[in-house]
Amino acid sequence: MTVKILYFASLKEVLGCTEESFVLPSGVSTVGELRSFLADRGEKWKALGEGRNVRAARNQRMAAPADPVLPGDEIAFFPPVTGG
Amino acid sequence: MTVSVQAEDFDVGAEIAALSAGRNEVGAVATFLGLVRDVSGGSSVGAMTLEHYPGMTEASLEEIVVQARARWSLYAVRVIHRFGRLEPGDRIVFVGVAGAHRGETFAACEFIMDYLKTRAPFWKLEETPEGARWVDARDSDDSAAARWEQGGRQA
Repeated sequence: MTVKILYFASLKEVLGCTEESFVLPSGVSTVGELRSFLADRGEKWKALGEGRNVRAARNQRMAAPADPVLPGDEIAFFPPVTGG
Repeated sequence: MTVSVQAEDFDVGAEIAALSAGRNEVGAVATFLGLVRDVSGGSSVGAMTLEHYPGMTEASLEEIVVQARARWSLYAVRVIHRFGRLEPGDRIVFVGVAGAHRGETFAACEFIMDYLKTRAPFWKLEETPEGARWVDARDSDDSAAARWEQGGRQA
């Protein structure tokens, strides 16, 4: 019941975390629920909170909050992209 | 090879030539070249570092090219995006599109850049005299990409 979570750019710096292996708690079955759960882990994790401009990807595709999270997934959180 | 995500610089002339090499049906090649500027938001920029999401970056660029090919009849497409530390004047991104006529090549080139700006997972960290700062996404990039959804811009 484990997922890999990646963080990028300013979010990675604020959280002090690049990558973690995370055991899905019961009740966490979507990208949005995962984000909310992580945002409640402590002060700095509020950077993932509601109202913050954070995007997500599931298995390397842009994801919406309602998208499912399943064991073995690679989930990423990051700020809006600024390439080009 | 359609999409490259790389630290190394590239040869613009060679890339443009390759888009029509051996394809005499090509009547138009449109290109976009993005460069690092020495100024941003009123501050001088000494350098920038581009971070990306290896794997997703390539997949998202390839998906954008697929969408462009579904919209317009194109003979060849090339997208190169660099990552790592770059200095003012350095090339960041190249998009080249070959087609029969200018209309679809101009449009497809702009479409690819607009989508790249909002969908490809790259992030810029600028080095300024006030310190390093992450570049904020601009609403104008979202609206530039959104106009393609409304069906208002077709060649």
